[in-house]
Amino acid sequence: MSKVVHEFTTAIPEWKPYVKPLDLAEASPAQLEALKITPSNTKVSDYVLVLAHDVETLTHRSPLFNGVMYNKGGLSRAEREIGAVGASIVNRCIYCAAVHASRYNQLTKDETVIAAIFADGVDAEISPRLKAILDFSVKLSKCPSDADVSDMQALVDAGLGKDEILDLILSSSLFGWANRLMHTLGEPLAE
Amino acid sequence: MTDTKDVIAAIVGIEPGSELAAVVAGRADIMALTQQTHDAALTPAEPGGLTHAERAALACRIAKINDAGDFEVHFEALLDSSGATGDTARIADIWFDGGSDVRLKALIRHVDLVAHAPKDATRRDIELLREAGLDDADIVRLSELVAFVSYQIRVAAGLRLMRGLA
Repeated sequence: MSKVVHEFTTAIPEWKPYVKPLDLAEASPAQLEALKITPSNTKVSDYVLVLAHDVETLTHRSPLFNGVMYNKGGLSRAEREIGAVGASIVNRCIYCAAVHASRYNQLTKDETVIAAIFADGVDAEISPRLKAILDFSVKLSKCPSDADVSDMQALVDAGLGKDEILDLILSSSLFGWANRLMHTLGEPLAE
Repeated sequence: MTDTKDVIAAIVGIEPGSELAAVVAGRADIMALTQQTHDAALTPAEPGGLTHAERAALACRIAKINDAGDFEVHFEALLDSSGATGDTARIADIWFDGGSDVRLKALIRHVDLVAHAPKDATRRDIELLREAGLDDADIVRLSELVAFVSYQIRVAAGLRLMRGLA
């Protein structure tokens, strides 16, 4: 029996949509075109098939998502994942948090940071640089945003360059978008 | 259609030739895709069951919920140019809950919830949209609208803080 996952975890659950994913046999040429440029070329996920119902946004969303998380230069890939995790904690998107927390662990080969964040949130005892990144992401993700000049200054003081700060703004904001789809259109299941 | 080329640059006030402009130019691909998604979410060629006017009016609510005055002005202008009247224009009024219109009431309720507290959304909230007559495609269109505008407002909020750096 599968159960809905309610607690943060690095074990990636299955995502079960509340709406019917697009049936590829009924897809329009525009939908097929948009699906070609998703991160995975081998198997199209239910999530992407759900988003294919709105093909005009999906067409831009897939390259935008990949650019924000994987573009060369700027903030390290691992630190972009912390931006994603901060947003996912605020919005309680268990699925996004699991995917991006585990990606952080893979990239850094260190599980202690995510374990501390899942246990203590913004009070986690992590390096000053990671703490500034997590704090900013969490505050920007509130509604309305709670990030202010002191949070921005904290990023500078922690040693982030302006190109890195821009990438953090983008990855944190991107998950304000992704969480509002993933968490509201389906649920995370585990065995 | 709006002829604004880059809503975020206009709202943040990114001066051409400034240091911020140079930093943002490093991610020109993302900024261009952001604008393209804005147009796809607000003024799509095939709007399905959500008119351009309803999208602009709902975006206006999202801006208000985020305390983002500049975006409120932007989406209001978009709403005006859509020629909306009556209850559609009233969607932008944060105190209007849809009144006796079951569909409008469901749209407004869902947008307000997902903009402000997505963590509280459950399967039941999607069922309520369906009970109000939305099909799956319109549910996804509505979700993308709230999700995208929430993203765009945060990118601008972050950039405005960056602009304030010495």
